[in-house]
Amino acid sequence: MNPVNYLYLAALLFTIGATGVLVRRNAIVVFMCIELMLNACNLALVAFSRMHGNLDGQIIAFFTMVVAAAEVVVGLAIIVSLFRSRHSASVDDASLMKL
Amino acid sequence: MENLIALLIAAPLLGAAVLLVGGRRLDAVGHWLGTLFAAVSFVIGLVLFADLLGKDAEDRTLTQHLFSWIPVEGFQADVAFHLDQLSMTFVLLITGVGSLIHLYSMGYMEHDERRRRFFGYLNLFLAAMLLLVLADNYLLLYVGWEGVGLASYLLIGFWQHKPSAATAAKKAFLVNRVGDVGLSIAIMLMFTTFGTFAFGPLLGTHEEPGVVTGASEATLTGIALMLLLAACGKSAQVPLQSWLGDAMEGPTPVSALIHAATMVTAGVYLIVRSAAIFNLAPDAQLVVTVVGAVTLLFGAIVGCAKDDIKKALAGSTMSQIGYMVLAAGLGPIGYVFAIMHLVTHGFFKAGLFLGAGSVMHGMNDEVDMRKYGGLRKYMPVTFITFGLGYLAIIGFPGLSGFFSKDKIIEAAFAKGGTEGWILGGCALLGAAITAYYMTRVMLMTFFGEERWKNQPTRSPEAPSAEPAAAQGGAAASGHAAAATGEPHPHESPKSMTIPMIVLAFGSVFAGGFFSIGDRFLHWLEPVTGHSHGHPPVSALTVTLATMVVLVIGVAVAYVQYGRRPVPVVAPRGSLLTRAARRDLLQDDFNHVVLVRGGEHLTRSLVYVDHTLVDGVVNGTAASVGGLSGRMRKLQNGYARSYAVSMFGGVAILIAATLLMRAV
Amino acid sequence: MSFPLLTATAVLPAIGAIATAAVPAARRDAAKVLALLFSLATLVLAIVVLVRFDPDGDRYQLTESRSWIAEFGVRYELGVDGIAVALIALTALLIPFIILAGWHDADPLETGNKRWRPTQGFFALILAVEAMVIISFEATDVFLFYIFFEAMLIPMYFLIGGFGDRAHQHGEETAATQRSYAAVKFLLYNLAGGLIMLAAVIGLYVVAGNFSLTEIAEARANGSLDMATNTERWLFLGFFLAFAVKAPLWPLHTWLPNAMGEATTPVAVLITAVVDKVGTFAMLRFCLQLFPEASKWATPAILVLALISIIYGALLAVGQRDIKRLVAYASISHFGFIIMGIFAMTSQGQSGATLYMVNHGISTAALMLVAGFLISRRGSRLIADYGGVQKVAPVLAGTFLIGGLATLSLPGLAPFVSEFLVLAGTFSRYPVIGIIATFGIVLAALYTLVLYQRTMTGPVKPEVAAMPDLRARELLVVAPLIAVLIFLGVYPKPVTDIVDPAVKQTLSDVHEKDPQPEVEAAK
Repeated sequence: MNPVNYLYLAALLFTIGATGVLVRRNAIVVFMCIELMLNACNLALVAFSRMHGNLDGQIIAFFTMVVAAAEVVVGLAIIVSLFRSRHSASVDDASLMKL
Repeated sequence: MENLIALLIAAPLLGAAVLLVGGRRLDAVGHWLGTLFAAVSFVIGLVLFADLLGKDAEDRTLTQHLFSWIPVEGFQADVAFHLDQLSMTFVLLITGVGSLIHLYSMGYMEHDERRRRFFGYLNLFLAAMLLLVLADNYLLLYVGWEGVGLASYLLIGFWQHKPSAATAAKKAFLVNRVGDVGLSIAIMLMFTTFGTFAFGPLLGTHEEPGVVTGASEATLTGIALMLLLAACGKSAQVPLQSWLGDAMEGPTPVSALIHAATMVTAGVYLIVRSAAIFNLAPDAQLVVTVVGAVTLLFGAIVGCAKDDIKKALAGSTMSQIGYMVLAAGLGPIGYVFAIMHLVTHGFFKAGLFLGAGSVMHGMNDEVDMRKYGGLRKYMPVTFITFGLGYLAIIGFPGLSGFFSKDKIIEAAFAKGGTEGWILGGCALLGAAITAYYMTRVMLMTFFGEERWKNQPTRSPEAPSAEPAAAQGGAAASGHAAAATGEPHPHESPKSMTIPMIVLAFGSVFAGGFFSIGDRFLHWLEPVTGHSHGHPPVSALTVTLATMVVLVIGVAVAYVQYGRRPVPVVAPRGSLLTRAARRDLLQDDFNHVVLVRGGEHLTRSLVYVDHTLVDGVVNGTAASVGGLSGRMRKLQNGYARSYAVSMFGGVAILIAATLLMRAV
Repeated sequence: MSFPLLTATAVLPAIGAIATAAVPAARRDAAKVLALLFSLATLVLAIVVLVRFDPDGDRYQLTESRSWIAEFGVRYELGVDGIAVALIALTALLIPFIILAGWHDADPLETGNKRWRPTQGFFALILAVEAMVIISFEATDVFLFYIFFEAMLIPMYFLIGGFGDRAHQHGEETAATQRSYAAVKFLLYNLAGGLIMLAAVIGLYVVAGNFSLTEIAEARANGSLDMATNTERWLFLGFFLAFAVKAPLWPLHTWLPNAMGEATTPVAVLITAVVDKVGTFAMLRFCLQLFPEASKWATPAILVLALISIIYGALLAVGQRDIKRLVAYASISHFGFIIMGIFAMTSQGQSGATLYMVNHGISTAALMLVAGFLISRRGSRLIADYGGVQKVAPVLAGTFLIGGLATLSLPGLAPFVSEFLVLAGTFSRYPVIGIIATFGIVLAALYTLVLYQRTMTGPVKPEVAAMPDLRARELLVVAPLIAVLIFLGVYPKPVTDIVDPAVKQTLSDVHEKDPQPEVEAAK
């Protein structure tokens, strides 16, 4: 099968993820959409690896997974503590940076 | 001998420094020290005078060069002194009359708690005035010129707790500053035109004319007019005369010394000293004579209407200096007589003021002549000395004023042509008015009924004119009564009467002494030059005419004030009288145009500075602030909107890159 | 290499600043004494500079030169001419008095906080300003000058914003607002000028290839460095604008009344008597030397602006109700005279302007510091709150009057000499401007005497009835300043002798000669 199709799929997943990040307010959903975008990147990287015939892409994909795992840990912790203090998981409620 | 000149100035200057810096320690001896320093200066003056007399008439000049003051390339000003017959005359007048007035002040200011300071200021005045007449260049003269202005400011405002005194002092300084602008510009013009402003090279001597002879008449007229402006300020000539009347707020010795005998004549000195310039600028000379003539009438008219004895005398001072300025404007035929009248006037006017001070001293500091009357019985010495001064000023034959004033009137006629007739006429008319207002003062004060009886001289609410001296006067003579209440006229202490007697001697004999054998003329001629004028009518006719107008003036005054009782409250009077009481409305003009106008100008400028100039600045700040306020709205704190802008930015970047590739 | 005297003169107060800042919170008085000692030591060094300087010697003396940023040709070059020597002496002379006058101005209001050290900061900042001002006077490298010209804004900002005048009518909160407004205004105004100058400095580097004042000036003089007319004019304007803000020249003056009004009195003196002088000094040194043709081109416009400053400043001073703002506007008028003297391009004008800088520093310090003592007693800056002070505090009133008389240029006091020189120098080339400017002396008398009359004379106001006279410390501040004013008024020759040769050089840079005729030496 043509590896380019995987890239199309990756682009599609990335767009879905990005749209989710931009339009959803629930922090958990936003968070999962970010995961979706990261995995779309992974998919693209693996596809590139296959297309170019070297392992660079796969190695970077592993890095991404590690980063994603670390991010899940930190991100979920933030969301949980936000939820505890505000009883809401909406990202719009956490607008402390706004003057 | 030359080295004494600096000492002449140094003595009173040292006195001023010691008295002003010395503090309360010197309170007990301050007045003695001050008088001593003045007397030392007078003695040095006499020594120098004797030295000059011992020399030939042509080289009676001493110079002393102390040090280079402001040397900047072509601009060379030195601290150097120049003593010739003209300065010598002034030195003797200043230190002589000055010492007498120091003596007088010892009694007059006896109970003023700030007496030490008063003597310090008087000494400062002497030093500055001596510097003025001894300077050998115009810039150093300027130092003395403003120095006397400062002393005058301090002394007019001596009782500065009175708002009127503080205002009068400020007014005097400011009006004088306008004149000083003239002197500044004159000096700058000299510097620019000739590269120097020292008397020697600039004015030259009789044998060797100075560089002024090489200049165009227009330039010289400019310089001369600027010098005249300066003279108008200091000598209270129209249009800068308004300060002199108010200056009477100062203690009476100050009025006698500074605002009658010496400082106000500095303008005449300046003109006579600059004779070489004025001689070459006939247009300017004409202006000088006009200013003199106008002022002599102006002052005389004002003097007729004033009920305040000091202000009446102030008007008279203005008028007499008008005579001097008129004479100085006539050129070589008048210079000597201007100075001669200046000296005799110094005697009789100082005497008159001291007499007025003595009267006030005995009258609880009442200055309103309508509340005097019949005082001759109570103050015989004051009456006699004042009377002699009165005879001298109206030009009674044989007394000082007769000789000097008569010569000026003669010289005015000798100017020739229509001008001569007009100027001479003015001078004659002035003589008549002088006789009138002085007789009025005399009659209101010393003759007639005793209008001060049965009424307090002033209500307690009214601001006391000279409260400190009031205490002094009352306590000195044992009348420790309150300053209000019926006055008890009495003669003043010796320290006050002695100077009055000495000045009365001068008023009587100085003129005759100077005129016998034309002594004064021969003395001054080497400096000022002299040419005999030829009046269109004989000198005898002029003298007779003067006598006639004199008698008329006295007679009119006698009819008005001697034969009829003087009302205690001033009648409303004619339009002219009312105007003259207000200094011929000049003050009102100044107030409306300069004071009010200036206030409006500054207020609107403050507004402009705040709203316009600063407004631009604040406007810039505000617009930057407004812009950033709007930009700030982009930072709304929603992570999603930041993400959108990031995505958008990335998309634009990629699109741009692809587009560049494609192209 | 000989002892780097100039560096030492500038570094000493810097060390003093650090040392003062390091004094522990509890030892507040030690910090004051330390600062005073360092300022006095700097004065000693300045006097050594004055003595070592030979008026008839080279143009720049005591020079030092080290490589600094070699890539851009920036060097650490110092050197002084007569004008700089006079101004260094002025700075070093005034700082001890400023410190002494501000002895209690920065005492902490409450002593609860043990680590709170405002006093140390105040005096350290003053010394820091002194160091930077001195090095600005010494720098002969344009870049070096620029750095310190700008850097002194930082301590000044904190001095204005951090230590306000305690005499405020509208309570502490308004005071704090106005203070920070004044400080920010000061900073932004001067930074804006400085940025334009930075552009011009870079432009100069592009044209000339280095930053050395002496090299560029020499190259300009002997024609080996040609600038296009327009380039020169733009560069000149870039420099001039920065200096005109600092000087300040109408219409760039509005920061001064705010800054002087809100700052403590010693800091107000520091601004007008010391820091602002860098602006006028730099006009003489940089504008005229680097851009002689452009300077002449701009002269008429600058003279008119200076004339407006003179009259406008004086008129506004008449209209002020606040003592400190009145002095600020009077200073604007005086800076007009200084700038007029510089650009009249005559030796009298420029010598007079230099002398004016020195005299104005001393006379304003005298007047302003006495005014500060007065204000601290009554707690108000409004003229209307005073009256009759003369009666209760005669010495204070007397010194105030002398300060005022110096401000109105009374002959016999130092400012007269400089003012007359400036006027005569201007008049000899531009008579009309000279005559109009002369009327400034009437206005000067008006605002000074009105101030004196309203505060010192008249009936004693109840609020001032218990006012104490000058204390020993205060008299120690004022008396020497008055002595200097009188001495320089009677005998200004020592200063003119130092300044004259430098002025002659500057004039030959711009190819000008005095217009008035020579007089034969015979007298």
